[in-house]
Amino acid sequence: MDVVGTNERMAAFLRDNHDKVVGRWTDLVVAGVRGRTSREEVRRELEDLFALVVRVLSGADEHAAGELTAALTELSSGRARDGFSPGETAVGVFSLKEAVYELVADSADLVPEFYTLSRMVDDLGLHTFEAYSATREQIIADQAASMLELSTPVVQLWEGVIAVPLVGTLDSARTQLVMEKLLDTLVATGADHAVIDITGVPTVDTEVAQHLLKTVSAARLLGAECTISGIRPQVAQTIVSLGIEFGDIATKASLADALALALRQAGLKVVPL
Amino acid sequence: MERVPILKIGQTLFVSIQIDLQDESVIRLQEDLADELAASGAHGVIIDITAVEIVDSFIGRMLTTIGSISRLFDAETVLVGMRPAVAITLTELGLSLNGVRTALNAEKGLEILNGKS
Amino acid sequence: MDELPIQSGDDVVRVRQFVRNAAADNGLSLVDQTKLVTAASELARNTLVHGGGGAARVEVVKSANGRVGVKLYFTDEGPGIPDIGQALTDGWSTGTGLGLGLSGARRLVDEFELTSAPGAGTSVTVVKWSR
Repeated sequence: MDVVGTNERMAAFLRDNHDKVVGRWTDLVVAGVRGRTSREEVRRELEDLFALVVRVLSGADEHAAGELTAALTELSSGRARDGFSPGETAVGVFSLKEAVYELVADSADLVPEFYTLSRMVDDLGLHTFEAYSATREQIIADQAASMLELSTPVVQLWEGVIAVPLVGTLDSARTQLVMEKLLDTLVATGADHAVIDITGVPTVDTEVAQHLLKTVSAARLLGAECTISGIRPQVAQTIVSLGIEFGDIATKASLADALALALRQAGLKVVPL
Repeated sequence: MERVPILKIGQTLFVSIQIDLQDESVIRLQEDLADELAASGAHGVIIDITAVEIVDSFIGRMLTTIGSISRLFDAETVLVGMRPAVAITLTELGLSLNGVRTALNAEKGLEILNGKS
Repeated sequence: MDELPIQSGDDVVRVRQFVRNAAADNGLSLVDQTKLVTAASELARNTLVHGGGGAARVEVVKSANGRVGVKLYFTDEGPGIPDIGQALTDGWSTGTGLGLGLSGARRLVDEFELTSAPGAGTSVTVVKWSR
């Protein structure tokens, strides 16, 4: 099959039937839009897409394909922002086939032309789906990073004493972030005592213990002493049964106990007024 | 070859590493410190690595060796000013720098040497 | 791809600086830059001290999902490593710390590949990806 020739003939056909095709296409898309966009706006979008499709088919210039892909990506994000599902957007693109088919249905000699158009429109519809997917992936990644940041606060409890209340699982990614924030805060505040509270860490297994030990080692390299607090009874039992040794790292049941220890080590005492 | 200067202030030797040290310079520093400790009878050594961007196993070993040598001369060594990125990398490398105390800065390092901590 | 000779201590310093710039230019975080340069320092030194000298190559690479990374190659025509498994074990040392260098460097990077055989030289390839 002479693809180039076929495409050019379809391009010519589309040009000749411009109003009918775009009109019908608009009708079909508007039906699916259900009032979320105005008819005029739909018509404008489709006119642009139509022009690009014709340019690509007629093989006139090499930029057309890139522009068409870009236009579809923009259409996809715009629709996604307006609350359309990716399926709805794709169906809107696919309906170009229906609009053209209605015109060629009765003439048997445009079959190969229609076929290649059909294949092309399929790819275009798929592209809008993929563009939508990629945007969602990016949003999820951004939110994950955001959540990680938000759930890793480092607070100053007293002069020279900072606390890191950990909430959630302590995996390698979070450990990296904890170490960075803890160390940066040590430098910024000049603190020499850090309390790492693990009340909010659901499971403490050998891996988590290693992450904690790493964090303490890093803080010690900056001259800070560390206490691990928030060891719940079940966690204590798990730690012992797993044979995890915290060595010379002080451990306390509660953050309050750890603060008292830190103050004592700093030579401070709390007295009633 | 760059030679790292050693300052003596009171009973303490101060070393500030400002540049990306080549292996020969590292070994030279070790030797110079040993000489200076023997000659001066200093009680403490402060090694300031605030400007150091990379501490690999070679430099790490040099630091622990200096700690051991100092102890032979009855002096204590304090490493100060380690950058967070370096500390995290050393922890990952598994280098413990045993035998060398650490502090956030030279001031705190001096407090340790003068027995306040 | 840039090729850097490793024939002296000064060359090792040059490799460190080159890798540092490549890492910074390609979006690696400060901690990741430090890790990569430290790994490069270990591997460059191994090339010099145990490999009798060799070369390093630095390449910027792209992953399938579009992430940018820095890839380093260290090669030498030295005596090779007789027991790779042992060399990669933590704390193993020929007396001058070959073991710590290799196993440590491996922990600092995202991808690590080592090829070596007695009499056939050694080649180490590592990659660190930006996040």
